[in-house]
Amino acid sequence: MNDALPAQAVASGIARHSYGKLLAYLAADMHDVSAAEDALAEAFAAALADWPVHGCPDNPESWLMTVARRKGIDGVRRRSSGEAAAVQLQTMAEMQAECMETDDEENFPDRRLALLFACAHPAIEVNIRAPLMLQTVLGLDAKIIASAFLVSPEAMCKRLGRAKQKIREAGIPFAIPEREAWAERLDGVLAAVYAAYAEGWSDPGDADLLRRDLVEEAIFLARLLTELLPEEPETHGLLAGMLYAEARRRARRNAQGEYVPFAEQNMGLWDTVMIDEAEVLLQRASSFGRIGRYQLEAALQSAHIERRRSGRSNWMPEVQLYDALYALTGSPVVALNRALAIAEVEGVEAAIAVISELSSDKRLAEYQPYWAARAALFARMGDDREALHAYDMAIGLARDPAVRRFLQRRQDEIAAMRRY
Amino acid sequence: MQYLFILFADQNAWGRMSSVEQERGVAAYRAYTEALKEAGVWVGSNRLQNTNTATTVRLVDGKSQVLDGPYADSKEQLAGYYLIEAPDLDAALSWAARCPTASHGTVEVRPVWPVPGATSDVASATATAA
Repeated sequence: MNDALPAQAVASGIARHSYGKLLAYLAADMHDVSAAEDALAEAFAAALADWPVHGCPDNPESWLMTVARRKGIDGVRRRSSGEAAAVQLQTMAEMQAECMETDDEENFPDRRLALLFACAHPAIEVNIRAPLMLQTVLGLDAKIIASAFLVSPEAMCKRLGRAKQKIREAGIPFAIPEREAWAERLDGVLAAVYAAYAEGWSDPGDADLLRRDLVEEAIFLARLLTELLPEEPETHGLLAGMLYAEARRRARRNAQGEYVPFAEQNMGLWDTVMIDEAEVLLQRASSFGRIGRYQLEAALQSAHIERRRSGRSNWMPEVQLYDALYALTGSPVVALNRALAIAEVEGVEAAIAVISELSSDKRLAEYQPYWAARAALFARMGDDREALHAYDMAIGLARDPAVRRFLQRRQDEIAAMRRY
Repeated sequence: MQYLFILFADQNAWGRMSSVEQERGVAAYRAYTEALKEAGVWVGSNRLQNTNTATTVRLVDGKSQVLDGPYADSKEQLAGYYLIEAPDLDAALSWAARCPTASHGTVEVRPVWPVPGATSDVASATATAA
């Protein structure tokens, strides 16, 4: 009986750390993500029944892989018949032979990168790529993913199911694409990891463990990418950017749980170890001499942090970085942040001129930070009417109650001044 | 498609709030309504008086039975609603997450089930009159 607990602990430990590795292998074997998930789930269930009785195997990963593969073969026999099954079983036998050789070294070749590329394949709908990665590589529950992405659990399950069906039926390869195709393909992988991170970051309410977990998972994925693709500067840039932001998490709320803007954050609450790691990553990335979006975003965070630490008042480096980032992405969100930096260099009027140009961009109409930035700029210029309306919009679009209260306080200040 | 946001919140919490907090609460809902209107998705909304003002009516054996109090007693009470127009559930959920109730209560999101033939409330009212 006493063995039950350690066996369970070992199984759940493996589930957490090796799930993606095992699944990547099985999915490539079976060319079917859903079937691989089923087989792996059965293997874990078998482990929980077997290990407490017979003890944990010396190499639990191999044990699980062998059982999962056997379950997978049973599954193929159950589902298909005749020639199709014969072909599939033949492929699986070949792959198993390859795997058995490597089993001896207790070392599965890591196929998670191929799985990531399959999940972010151009044939897979953009919005489902990040959820698909979180489920296949990290084994996250569809319900958790659904909540984090603000989608109903049923719809998320369906979409994940459809994406897996597409992988199977369209024959999307579980392979690392040729080097020439990377520009586009790697971008898809990075964008999906970034999307998972942004979902977790957008609402940093400390009580919201779900989203915070998602941030950790996204950082795990980004870290994995830097290990699997150490020669790719953008992977380092992506991880650096996430770490810079994560390092400031504790400073984003005060003791009362109220939102603290970057300019007023207590730097003593910043995680310096994380910032240092990000600096090293960013330097390594720039040593390759191939600039990219994620490196620029990380460089901007680095500049903001350095500015506050040194007390530098000249925002020119930030403006130049935003210029470069805007030239690369053409994103209205970048243009918005650039306007805020311009306000510090050329004055509020210049920034408002940029913002006014942006106001016709429909993509920003429901973008909460746009309204918050607009409100702050008009408030600084003394245009109360515009500022009050922009605050209304920023408050109305806010999801985070602490941000909502912060904006309400700013709005109240203007309203109070008007009364005198 | 239309979606109804059914807002549930602890109505006693209101009385425990300071007047500043109450004002801020009302302002948050006003701003949210404003954002919905500006985005062109707002169809209707309102808040409701406390459940101690509620009266329920039903027919029992052909006789109407009128009872004092709400239909269901729950920890969080039906406090108001928003009716919005959204292309799909995802869009509706993203609006529901911004509703101030989501941070102090619960927002139930229900798709409206349109009656075939009745293109709008006005149309169905005319049909009944005819």
